[in-house]
Amino acid sequence: MYKTNDLILRTTASLIAFILLGFAVYLLLAGHNSPGGGFVGGLMTSGAILLMNMAYGLEVVRKVLPINFVNLIPIGLAVAIGTSVGSFLFQQPFLSQTYGYFKFPILGEIELATAMLFDLGVYLTVVGVMMTIILSIANDTE
Amino acid sequence: MIFAVLIPLLIACFIPALSKLKEKLHTGIFVFFIPFLIFLYFVSFIGNDFTPIREQYSWIPSLGINFDLYLDGLSLLFVLLISGIGSLVVLYSIYYLSKSERLGHFYVYLLMFMSAMLGVVLSDNIFVLYTFWELTSISSFLLIGYWHFKERSRYGALKSMLITVFGGLSMLGGFILLYVVTGTTSIQQMIGQVDLILNSTYLPLILGFILLGAFTKSAQFPFHIWLPDAMEAPTPVSAYLHSATMVKAGLFLVARFSPIFSGYEGFFIVVSVFGIVTLCWGAYMSVRQTDLKAILAFSTISQLGMIMAMLGFGTKAAVFAAVFHILNHATFKGSLFMVAGIVDHETGTRDIRKLGGLATLMPITATLAIFGTFSMAGVPFPFLNGYYSKELFFGSTLGLGSDFWSQAIPYLAVLGSIFTFVYSMYLFFGTFTGKKQFDQLPKKPHEAPIGMLISPMILVVGVVIFGLFPNIVNASFLQHAATAINSTVVYKEITFWHGFITPFKMSLAVVGFGTVLFLTRKKWQPVYQVLPGKVSFNHVYDAIVNKIGNVANRITNYYMTGSLKTYMSLILGTTLIVSLLFMYLTNGFAFNTDQLAEVSFIEVAVVLIMIVAAIATIYMNHNVAAILVVGVVGFGVAILFVIYRAPDIALTQLVIETITVALFLLCFYHLPKLRKSTDSAKTKIMNATISIGFGALVTLVAISAHSSRWFESIADYFVENSKKLGGGDNIVNVILVDFRGLDTLFEISVLGIAALAIVGLIKYRKNKEAE
Repeated sequence: MYKTNDLILRTTASLIAFILLGFAVYLLLAGHNSPGGGFVGGLMTSGAILLMNMAYGLEVVRKVLPINFVNLIPIGLAVAIGTSVGSFLFQQPFLSQTYGYFKFPILGEIELATAMLFDLGVYLTVVGVMMTIILSIANDTE
Repeated sequence: MIFAVLIPLLIACFIPALSKLKEKLHTGIFVFFIPFLIFLYFVSFIGNDFTPIREQYSWIPSLGINFDLYLDGLSLLFVLLISGIGSLVVLYSIYYLSKSERLGHFYVYLLMFMSAMLGVVLSDNIFVLYTFWELTSISSFLLIGYWHFKERSRYGALKSMLITVFGGLSMLGGFILLYVVTGTTSIQQMIGQVDLILNSTYLPLILGFILLGAFTKSAQFPFHIWLPDAMEAPTPVSAYLHSATMVKAGLFLVARFSPIFSGYEGFFIVVSVFGIVTLCWGAYMSVRQTDLKAILAFSTISQLGMIMAMLGFGTKAAVFAAVFHILNHATFKGSLFMVAGIVDHETGTRDIRKLGGLATLMPITATLAIFGTFSMAGVPFPFLNGYYSKELFFGSTLGLGSDFWSQAIPYLAVLGSIFTFVYSMYLFFGTFTGKKQFDQLPKKPHEAPIGMLISPMILVVGVVIFGLFPNIVNASFLQHAATAINSTVVYKEITFWHGFITPFKMSLAVVGFGTVLFLTRKKWQPVYQVLPGKVSFNHVYDAIVNKIGNVANRITNYYMTGSLKTYMSLILGTTLIVSLLFMYLTNGFAFNTDQLAEVSFIEVAVVLIMIVAAIATIYMNHNVAAILVVGVVGFGVAILFVIYRAPDIALTQLVIETITVALFLLCFYHLPKLRKSTDSAKTKIMNATISIGFGALVTLVAISAHSSRWFESIADYFVENSKKLGGGDNIVNVILVDFRGLDTLFEISVLGIAALAIVGLIKYRKNKEAE
């Protein structure tokens, strides 16, 4: 690998990555009432990490995000299944979702839904899957 | 009675343990008592006042299949043959097979066969009969292939298996049709419903299927070809299975069902014609053979044909003669096989061209053979049972009808018998008299041990006793057997001298012409160059067996090319043809333009771009270009989603498309260069036709599906309840995580599996160079 001076790329990349990550979180949280959701959120997050990977290389990404992405897959699946099985505790069938409105000190009245937790599981899995695939192909030296 | 059927099978389970002791005692000694006790048990039934006995045991009552046993005169005749000759064969085999053979195997197969045969003749239930019938085929297969290291043995075993199982399966078809017609599985109850069967439209099928089973089992022309090859079995097996018992199972079947079919004209024609043809062909071919056992095999075929013909005539005299000849044939043919075995055992060869003049060295064997062969030939001496049944046979061929074929039958019978006479004489004189050429024999010949001679001696004593006192078992035994086949049979006295009547003249003609033909044998032998000449049913069989393999191979090789391209064309082409056919047949083309929306300019523009990109993809010669052009199609789809107001899907499609393109580019380094298609023009046209056709099909199906909506959409439910039940305004997301969350759960599982699989493929691949 030859070295180049990617100053512009690196500067804009870190800026854009932050925006992308923020947008991804927005998509994840807003998914229940407007376009978005765990799937797109997860894809967008992996897009941001991919951009970082391209601009700074794998070493930096590893340092900034010390996460083993493969582990995200079982964690995400566990969250999704956990929320589905959780409905048994309330004598409900598998995958029953519920929601409610709660008042918080600063934020005011906010809707919280168990579907959100399920979406979080989807999100984590998608991030894990995309990053695992991309990184293992990109770093395949053979 | 059930114990008589099952005991051989039960004992067979213990034989392997017993055969461990064979160093001290020959296993056959233990086995001998089983058929002998069964024989004694059934002998007790013989008597003038015999009445049929019935026993029933539940097996599969819900299907009407019960273990039904029925002992009438016919079954009794066969049971006594099976157990009686079985005992003698076991006794003979004790001396014939040395202790170094795998005796355990031999006696297990033999007892299995005995059980199966007893089951066949005692069953009253058609399905139980079929079960035992196939068991005889299997055990016979095992016995023929007993010396499995010989190629000819394996060939013979396979051949007999294929032919008899073919017949057995067709017989099962006949039985099932019989069951459908009568609603019962019991043969005796079927006989009670003769009218129903005779008036059924299935009758020709039933008869054809059952007769096919009987003809293959009893080696009738042209299915006789397996029997000569089955001679590779050890001689006790040949004597038992292929002369006295198994080959008579087909005769038993015909006899058992003749009360049902005798009212049908076709039965008489088919059975008699096949019987007579078999009689003549078997006798004619037998003269040509040079192997002792092959002569006996064709002789068996010919004799079976004779009995079959008599069963086909179905008259009182014929049925009685058939029963009598079944008994006689078992005695003399059994003894002849044993004699052939002795000759083989003591000289080392069965080739009649090498044998000759053995009478001086083996006087007892020669004496036994003279009784057997002369009885088989039907020489008119009052101490040979073969003569009586042959004369009865000639008598039964007369007066069958006034048409040409009925008139021809007596002449054919005489013709067959002349050849029977010739090969019988040839068999005896060729082996025991004439030129002595002992130096050519592999072993120095000498008389057999006495133990080996006991069995054929007993059978020959039977020949003589039935010859001197032909009425000895007439009223108490044969009469009952004949009555079971044709209930109008009345008591019949068998006498040696009827006066100078036609059957006697026929016998004299046989002896006269036979002697002339035998003495001039060498002169007319070339006739075999003309008939059969090159015609051989073995060739037909071999060709069929090889052809089936080759053709199946060729068909499989034709379409299983290993090329995914071919498979894809086959799958798509088949789907195309079948779907179009179904749409055409069910009138599925529906074009309804009522509910179509307006088409906007932007939709047309986007779709045009996509079409151009899709077509361009096919012509791209470079990786990167192909990837990018495919990307155009993907983004076009995303724009369409935007136009059709699906923001979630459009978002997902956009991001996925981007990441896919990125992935492709990552893999680009590893991807092989795109190759120019090397297909021939014909294949290209074919591929194009299939692709365009399939595209058209999908379009047609889509239009038809859209035009013929049968039910209201459930979308309204989601629109109404998404906020109320799911608490979300984004209906798509609520469906994904709430209404249909299970789908999502499994989709993310699929993603996870895909990712782990990719990790596995890349990280854990074997290094090719290192190996």
